[in-house]
Amino acid sequence: MAGLFDSLRARRPRVDRVAASAASSEHWVKCSGCGTAIYRPIFLENGKVCEKCAHHHRMTAWERLDLLADAGTFQEWDASLVSVDPLGFGQEYLDKLHSDRERTGLSDGLLSGSCSLGGIPVALGIMDFNFRGGSMGSVVGEKVVRVLEGAAERRIPAVLVTCSGGARMQEGMLSLMQMGRTCAAVRRLNQVPAPFLVVMTDPTTAGVAASFAALGDVILAEPGATIGFSGRRVIEQTIRQELPPGFQSSEFYLEHGFLDRVVPRAELKDTVAAILGMLCVPAEVRR
Amino acid sequence: MILEVEKPLLELERKIRELQEVDRSAGVDLSAEIRLLERKARQLKESIFQNLSAWDRVQLARHVDRPGTLDYVAHLFTDFVELHGDRFYADDPAVVAGLARFHGQPCVVLGHQKGRGTRENLARNFGMPNPEGFRKAGRLMRLAARFGLPIFTFVDTPGAYPGIEAEERGQFEAIASNIALMSELPVPILTVVIGEGGSGGALGIALADRVLILENSVYSVISPEGCATILWRDAARAEQAATALGLTSETLKRLGLVDEVLAEPLGGAHRDFEGTFRTVQDALRHHLETLQDMEGHALLDARYAKYRRMAVLGEAR
Repeated sequence: MAGLFDSLRARRPRVDRVAASAASSEHWVKCSGCGTAIYRPIFLENGKVCEKCAHHHRMTAWERLDLLADAGTFQEWDASLVSVDPLGFGQEYLDKLHSDRERTGLSDGLLSGSCSLGGIPVALGIMDFNFRGGSMGSVVGEKVVRVLEGAAERRIPAVLVTCSGGARMQEGMLSLMQMGRTCAAVRRLNQVPAPFLVVMTDPTTAGVAASFAALGDVILAEPGATIGFSGRRVIEQTIRQELPPGFQSSEFYLEHGFLDRVVPRAELKDTVAAILGMLCVPAEVRR
Repeated sequence: MILEVEKPLLELERKIRELQEVDRSAGVDLSAEIRLLERKARQLKESIFQNLSAWDRVQLARHVDRPGTLDYVAHLFTDFVELHGDRFYADDPAVVAGLARFHGQPCVVLGHQKGRGTRENLARNFGMPNPEGFRKAGRLMRLAARFGLPIFTFVDTPGAYPGIEAEERGQFEAIASNIALMSELPVPILTVVIGEGGSGGALGIALADRVLILENSVYSVISPEGCATILWRDAARAEQAATALGLTSETLKRLGLVDEVLAEPLGGAHRDFEGTFRTVQDALRHHLETLQDMEGHALLDARYAKYRRMAVLGEAR
């Protein structure tokens, strides 16, 4: 996976950001899975996967883009769409939006556009946990809908990489309604038909898990990702007992039949391309 | 169950009853005093119920005496035949569903059902569905579409049940599938939020051509207690969170997220079932008539367009 992060763009942050869970210094990164110190260039070359324990650290949307898109093919969509404060939550929220925009180089919690992936043209959306926990408000919902509609129009596959704690609380019910409109847009894409592939990464929970993410024709997940509807703490408080280890992980949902495959990061792009290659049958053959 | 906001009114009403008792049993004529107090009670009721805070409405929406789905089914519909089970795993008593007639028109009706009292609440799981509840609803909505029947859904839940088994059996999948299903069924879908609209657990049966909400019902992305815990690590600030979340019928209408707010009788739905039933029945009848005139594809296009608009977006320079 050499050259994983080599298509630097003007807007993206200079420094590759390591997931907050990985304590880091300039040269060394501490693995949040096993605690091993990893030499940073090696860590990045391995796509932020620990060599020792295979723990998959979170990627930024830009890093994920480099992992999936063929170099130089990405055309960003809706880069100027930004969140407002429709309920008047206050200046603190607006300030956080502003600083997250600066820090991530994203307009909101999702990076979207068209590109080719293993030679296949796709509409691609990637969520970023560094932007308000990847939470879905109006802008994220709108961009997801536009990815799905854009794919339907062009009759190309839609690929959405999820990474989100759920709805954006500060937009109240507007956030909840994003679940409705994204699900409706998936069904329109299904009718074309064009393939819809979901990659669940850590975490994919609550309002994102319970909407478009659950509706992929094929649903892949990265190893060890937290997936589920209710949060761990809420469940523990409700049933008043501790949850078993591995509960609500990718492997848990694979076992229970809600995911198609758990795919290590190093194999992700090839797997996605292989699946899409078989589903993208030209229209004349289909008839 | 007595609400904080109702206390002065209930106190006054108790006094009136006492005077009436004395008037009757002791043969003292207190009718002038009683009339005076009754007028005062009316004024108090108006001033209380015209100035409800978001938090007051959360309490009213959760009021144990508020009419529930089965009350509406019994009074607005005839020939109700309850149907059970998701045909996969179990029957979920937190969701009731079945066939019925609305003004003679066969339909599918379903909704969350809370309990009154501890025993019933435990049996109904406080109106919090497991995946089976959503799947039962989905099964019957598919049935409705196959036979061209309109669908009525009633929303009254704190939320989808947060439990180990619910997660194992794919709570997230069950909710997402229903939402998607409701976006593609070519029959009229009408939803009334009659009490508590708790997040994804509510939306799982609430994507509709018409979403109506009773004046004192609430519909929220997260419970005020949950929001306060996350934002300020203090569940006691739920009152503040209720205001911030914009969960009242009035705010939802202003944002275009519900189609109509239905006025409740003065004092709230729990104080006048009959008046509430009349309001809901008239509204449903009116909206059903409009929707029944539409062809399936026009209905679906209008439904998609309605949800397509639900976003507030900014544009960076």
